[in-house]
Amino acid sequence: MIPVTFDYVRAESVNEAIQQLKDSDGEGKVLAGGHSLLPLMKMRLTEPQVLIDITGIDALKEVRKEGDRLIVGALNTHREVSIHPDIKEHIPLVAETARQIGDIQIRNKGTMGGNIVHADSAADLPAAAFVLDAEVLITNEFGEQAMGIDSFILGPLITMMPEDSIVTGVSFQIPPTHTKSTYLKYFHPASGYPVVGVAAVAGTDSNGNIDFVRVGITGAGDVAFRATSVEEELLGKAPSEAVIKEASKLAADDGEMGSDLFASPEYRENLCKVYTERALKSILL
Amino acid sequence: MAVEKRNVSVTANGQACSAEVEPRKLLVHYLRDDLGLTGTHVGCDTSQCGACTVMVDGDIVKSCTTLAVQADGSEITTVEGLGTANDLHPMQQSFWEEHGLQCGYCTPGVMIAALGLLKENPNPTEEEIREGLEGVICRCTGYQFIISAIQKAATIIQESGIDLNSQQLVGEGTHNE
Ligand SMILES: Cc1cc2nc3c(=O)[nH]c(=O)nc-3n(C[C@H](O)[C@H](O)[C@H](O)COP(=O)(O)OP(=O)(O)OC[C@H]3O[C@@H](n4cnc5c(N)ncnc54)[C@H](O)[C@@H]3O)c2cc1C
Ligand code: FES
Ligand code: FES
Repeated sequence: MIPVTFDYVRAESVNEAIQQLKDSDGEGKVLAGGHSLLPLMKMRLTEPQVLIDITGIDALKEVRKEGDRLIVGALNTHREVSIHPDIKEHIPLVAETARQIGDIQIRNKGTMGGNIVHADSAADLPAAAFVLDAEVLITNEFGEQAMGIDSFILGPLITMMPEDSIVTGVSFQIPPTHTKSTYLKYFHPASGYPVVGVAAVAGTDSNGNIDFVRVGITGAGDVAFRATSVEEELLGKAPSEAVIKEASKLAADDGEMGSDLFASPEYRENLCKVYTERALKSILL
Repeated sequence: MAVEKRNVSVTANGQACSAEVEPRKLLVHYLRDDLGLTGTHVGCDTSQCGACTVMVDGDIVKSCTTLAVQADGSEITTVEGLGTANDLHPMQQSFWEEHGLQCGYCTPGVMIAALGLLKENPNPTEEEIREGLEGVICRCTGYQFIISAIQKAATIIQESGIDLNSQQLVGEGTHNE
């Protein structure tokens, strides 16, 4: 499969990439790892006239801490994210999630920015992004803005990305140090994408009661979501098998379950509950 | 739309190579059709099977999901860079001795993927090898012999002190003597 003819340019800086996007009159697309874009182009589901390769922009590879947030540059590959010492220290959930994406070859190419901008309904990273109140950092000719992940991703492959913009990074809130986190994924046996993926962060106070809990679910429907009903049910309680099991029954309440050849809405709902229960037990018990 | 061809120059298996290609040309076709390195196969053509796996600047990637222009200026290792028929690389030798292939279609990609794994983890457990092969599919062997082959190769490579991180793997297949 060969994509339709297109032109190819490399951008040396974010400003240059923005200019190249503008010059393309809406016909250009940014190329990062290419592992979502190129398969679509090979199937001719998208036919950009020019690809703007941003992988040479070193500034987009930075990882830096700002207050209680860790900012992961858009161009960090899933592999780099999974082994980066600052990411492992401050937001291990993100490293653990990136480690479970696709396979080694995919992780060597696919990037944080590409994963979020592509907004596949079964992408892994959005679960962690919802749980850690991620902000998508966007730059265009008018300046920079930070958009909350819940307002950025609107639907499957649909985002609020303004025209002629570059995502420079994703900013994650660092969870309180007394919490633990995990990402559990039910792999689609053929594609490796999550049928349901559950990201959870939780911790208890000095009395042993849950004082921080976040649950994010991806893959189950069109968009990832926070399972706030589960969180509300758990907050203030002492964790036990029974308490977690009861709360996990609410795991599918805050999202719409999708349906396809592989999994019915009922099956996905069940996976949400089971994986939420397993994730919470593994960090709270 | 008429698009200018680009010069894509790479160091393939230690040799400087270049060709004029359209930006839409995939790396795997550049390697096979322009450089004549037909050892790298196209299996699924949809980023799933890993038959097209090659090493680009030391990282294993699927060359059916990479543009040739993206690889301009890089160092590439394909199966041809491992050893020759008379001087097999330990990975090839081990695949031979352990029957790590049947039809052989997946083998070039599997061996490169295995070298990618050993670069990171020179002494992997069976479990780690199985996990390390998540990006390649073999329709023949049932994987068991592939795993034995990689275990054997890991031992030989470690014992003979071969440095897999020196990009150029060519001519290091000295196991045969
Ligand atoms: C076989 C296979 C299995 C996979 N399995 C999984 C999986 O299990 N889980 C998972 O989450 N993902 C999976 N993926 C997707 C993979 O993670 C992609 O690499 C990722 O989603 C996209 O990242 P990329 O860097 O390759 O983006 P690209 O393909 O380069 O780009 C994707 C889109 O984002 C835009 N874009 C990219 N970067 C920027 C930026 N910085 N600013 C503005 N726009 C940008 C591009 O224009 C394009 O529209 C899989 C992919 C393949 C091929
Ligand atoms: S041919 Fe590239 S992954 Fe199958
Ligand atoms: S040996 Fe035939 S596909 Fe692997």
